[in-house]
Amino acid sequence: MHQGSDEKREHGPDPAQFVEEVVRDYPAKVARKRLRHIVPVSPDGQCEIQANVRTIPGIITQRGCCYAGCKGVVIGPIADMVHIVHGPIGCSYYTWMTRRNQAKPREDGQYYLDYCFSTDMQEDAIVFGGEKKLKAAIREAHEIFRPKAISIHATCPAGLIGDDVVRVGDEMSKELGIPVFGFACEGYKGVSQSAGHHIANNGLFKHVVGRKDIPPDGYAVNMLGEYNIGGDAWEIERILNRCGISILSTFSGNGSFDEIARSHTANLNIIQCHRSINYMAEMMETKFGVPWLKGNFIGIKATSKTLWKIARFFEDPALTQRIEAVIMEEEAQAGVEIAPYRGRLAGKTVALFVGGSRAHHYQDLFKDLGMKVIAAGYEFAHRDDYEGRDVLPFLKVDADSQNIEELKVDKDPERYRPRIDDEKRKRLMAEGVISTYGGMMPEMDKGAVVIDDISHHELEKLIERFKPDLICSGIKDKYVIEKWGIPSKQLHNYDYGGPYAGYLGAVNFARDIDMRVNGPAWGFITPPWKKKPILEAAFGAAA
Amino acid sequence: MLDMTPVETIERQALRINPAKTCQPIGALYAALGIHRCLPHSHGSQGCCSYHRSHLTRHFKEPIMASTSSFTEGAAVFGGAANLRQALKNIFHIYNPDVVAVHTTCLSETIGDDIPSIVKAARDEGIIPEGKHVIHANTPSYVGSHVTGFANMARAMAELFAQRNGGAKDQINVVPGFVEPSDMREIKRILFEMGVKAVVFPDTSDVLDAPQTGRHAFYPKGGVTVDSLISTGDSRMTFSLGPYASEEAGKILRTRFEIPNKVLDLPVGIGATDRFIEAVMGVTGTEPPEAMMDDRGRLVDMMTDNQQYFYGKRAAVFGDPDHVVSMTEFLRDLGMQPVYVVTGTPGRRFETAVKGILAQAVPDAKVKAFSDLFELHQWIKKEPVDLLVGNTYGKFIARAEDIPFVRFGFPILDRVGHGYFPCVGYRGGMRLVEKILGVLQDREDRDSPDHSIELVM
Repeated sequence: MHQGSDEKREHGPDPAQFVEEVVRDYPAKVARKRLRHIVPVSPDGQCEIQANVRTIPGIITQRGCCYAGCKGVVIGPIADMVHIVHGPIGCSYYTWMTRRNQAKPREDGQYYLDYCFSTDMQEDAIVFGGEKKLKAAIREAHEIFRPKAISIHATCPAGLIGDDVVRVGDEMSKELGIPVFGFACEGYKGVSQSAGHHIANNGLFKHVVGRKDIPPDGYAVNMLGEYNIGGDAWEIERILNRCGISILSTFSGNGSFDEIARSHTANLNIIQCHRSINYMAEMMETKFGVPWLKGNFIGIKATSKTLWKIARFFEDPALTQRIEAVIMEEEAQAGVEIAPYRGRLAGKTVALFVGGSRAHHYQDLFKDLGMKVIAAGYEFAHRDDYEGRDVLPFLKVDADSQNIEELKVDKDPERYRPRIDDEKRKRLMAEGVISTYGGMMPEMDKGAVVIDDISHHELEKLIERFKPDLICSGIKDKYVIEKWGIPSKQLHNYDYGGPYAGYLGAVNFARDIDMRVNGPAWGFITPPWKKKPILEAAFGAAA
Repeated sequence: MLDMTPVETIERQALRINPAKTCQPIGALYAALGIHRCLPHSHGSQGCCSYHRSHLTRHFKEPIMASTSSFTEGAAVFGGAANLRQALKNIFHIYNPDVVAVHTTCLSETIGDDIPSIVKAARDEGIIPEGKHVIHANTPSYVGSHVTGFANMARAMAELFAQRNGGAKDQINVVPGFVEPSDMREIKRILFEMGVKAVVFPDTSDVLDAPQTGRHAFYPKGGVTVDSLISTGDSRMTFSLGPYASEEAGKILRTRFEIPNKVLDLPVGIGATDRFIEAVMGVTGTEPPEAMMDDRGRLVDMMTDNQQYFYGKRAAVFGDPDHVVSMTEFLRDLGMQPVYVVTGTPGRRFETAVKGILAQAVPDAKVKAFSDLFELHQWIKKEPVDLLVGNTYGKFIARAEDIPFVRFGFPILDRVGHGYFPCVGYRGGMRLVEKILGVLQDREDRDSPDHSIELVM
């Protein structure tokens, strides 16, 4: 079978020796660099890792580009806007419905997620400039669809030939009388998708957040960094609504321009994906006074813990009581439903290499299932996602990231509204409720291995030495892993399943993992005759 | 589903909506996977390589191995030579391929990186080990489409490997087009059955249809070998199947070695397959074997048996030009009316070919190259069709307008089978008839009132 021997699974290889082995096949220079990205978790959980630096050319990496982080991840899911990509066709084409960020149209019917818009740049634009064509494309989109707002996304060649999508956005806003705004998210910026997240946050903050003031509502929150893969956001909404909490806007799964425009009036921001959206939380707090807390709705216990944090923040006995009741009921129900799966999964080992937050979030869900995380890593996270935000003051911005703009944000003179007083703020911070995130590594078992920006070679070595029972990754690794006879679960697209968030999601996930790990097909990889000691042959015997 | 699409069309000059194509590098990457022990390399930002690997993986449900030069802003400003040299050094050290096939991107093309001189310098410095090969194709994303990228990488294989080593061998070259591993396997089988020794390049069979054995082969057993590619310079003739994807490779062999290049339609459907078989007969001088004639007979049998389900049905076809041309002819030969025929790839040749095919049968068909699915959808909204044939993206139009839909071409992201079961040749034709007939008959079953539902069809 695909699983390693029981002996191996219990003890596993020595982590330090594994690290040494992994880099042995690299050229010396590469080995030196990669050693800083591959770190066994130390007993106190305090270890330093290199992250958010450039990938070495020629190394087969999971990473994508700045454009992917901006248009593909953060802006693309906003469903009631037209998103035009300024460049050759590929960039827009590859972000067309591939990320499973589901959405439903609101009452006005505006819905563009099944559309792909591009200036389809041709050679003449490369030679003579493409701004004229971009403007024409925006006018055509306006004429055909009459959208409420249009975003423009720059690709590598657009930036290189000097097309200024930000300026074109401003000009077209004036001409058409609707918000049109550009994102200078050329693929070569930064070192991964991460730069694009930041650029997207800046743009949304500048152009959309705060556009529409509505009266504040007691328990109105925003979900930040929730992209509604497989319907996750709707399960989170179901749970919050049961508690009496309303979601004012979600950044940006099932996202809506109008809802983001009023998001600054919320009383609390709940961050799901810290990596992609923490900029927004900080800027909204500085300008409008909206506090934020880091939650996690992946996992039964994690969901309950997040709800507790929300209860602690609002400190309203009636709300706390409702939250308590919801937790009791939902935990009990989910617990019953995952029990049979847990029985078949407990003790199995798993490795996760994905995203900038998911590799942490899903560890909570695997704990619910009794599975053991032996290795984990992010594709594009920063050190604070690994080590916690306490490391932030010590981070240096290197040459590859220094051109990503840090917006200077000030208190809004009229609209800044402190939601809590200073004393409560201090108390909640000290209790770990608001404005804090401890990162992934302190919560991992000693001896587990953390690998940042894992390469193909490192993944294969890990498979060879640890033989995990399950590896969570993305589409590019999926079939590599499964060709080794090891089940793989995609944590970007969920293998077209989900939702996995919240209590109902945890049950879905448990069933899907049981199917993947214990499915009958794996048993057929070795043909029956290879499992028998002697080959009997009737024809041969007569000769 | 696609609710924002209005019926009325306006003339668009600048905005592409719902493309029927993607960019060159993915075609080049796919073609390069058809060389044995080759690592495709994307010279550009990481995103390009990531998108292409993801997309090909979604289509084939197989590992897609490729590396990238991982450009940062510095490389975009100062040029990517250092990145490529470093990449080559690491690739040969870590992944040990026989061939690295570099393709460019819009980024490296726009800044004007000169790949041959970078590679030459790398060779002079000993970065490329003895006996190893680095080939390259220029694949700017702002020219042509993914089909052009395939054609350019196929040409690079011929251009950089082919040698004349002692006169004509008794073999032919076949450039199979941007088709599935199953199609390449079927083309090889047909040639073998007809007794022709052939170098089929690229050849992704046994690469992108690898079996589950519990071991991942970084370089699977398939792919055309370097020796075979070298020998293409000694072949008697080249068959380029599909002008858009394959002619460039045949042309370079003709220019350099005076090897005749016969450009044929992709052998999809009865007519195009007949012409392919006839062309092979022109090499062998003998009729196809009986088993192949039986395959042909079975295909024609399916066509004659089921004419009532095809006759007069209005069809829309979209996708890559070589595929769409042959499919249009096949639908016509089945008795259908291909009324809308569209490709996203630019080129007048497509329109001329399709209009020629439909001149008698559907003289007022709308035929357009460099078009998109938004335009096709608007035509369908104005005057509907009974069948839609195209890649996975067609399913949204099919759902919006409730049209029977057959998946054909690239990419197919939501069904399996294309990698394993061919569409080319007589057997491929039978598979297509089964697929088309299936959706048409399912529709009739769904829509017939109880009193007229047929037990026997």
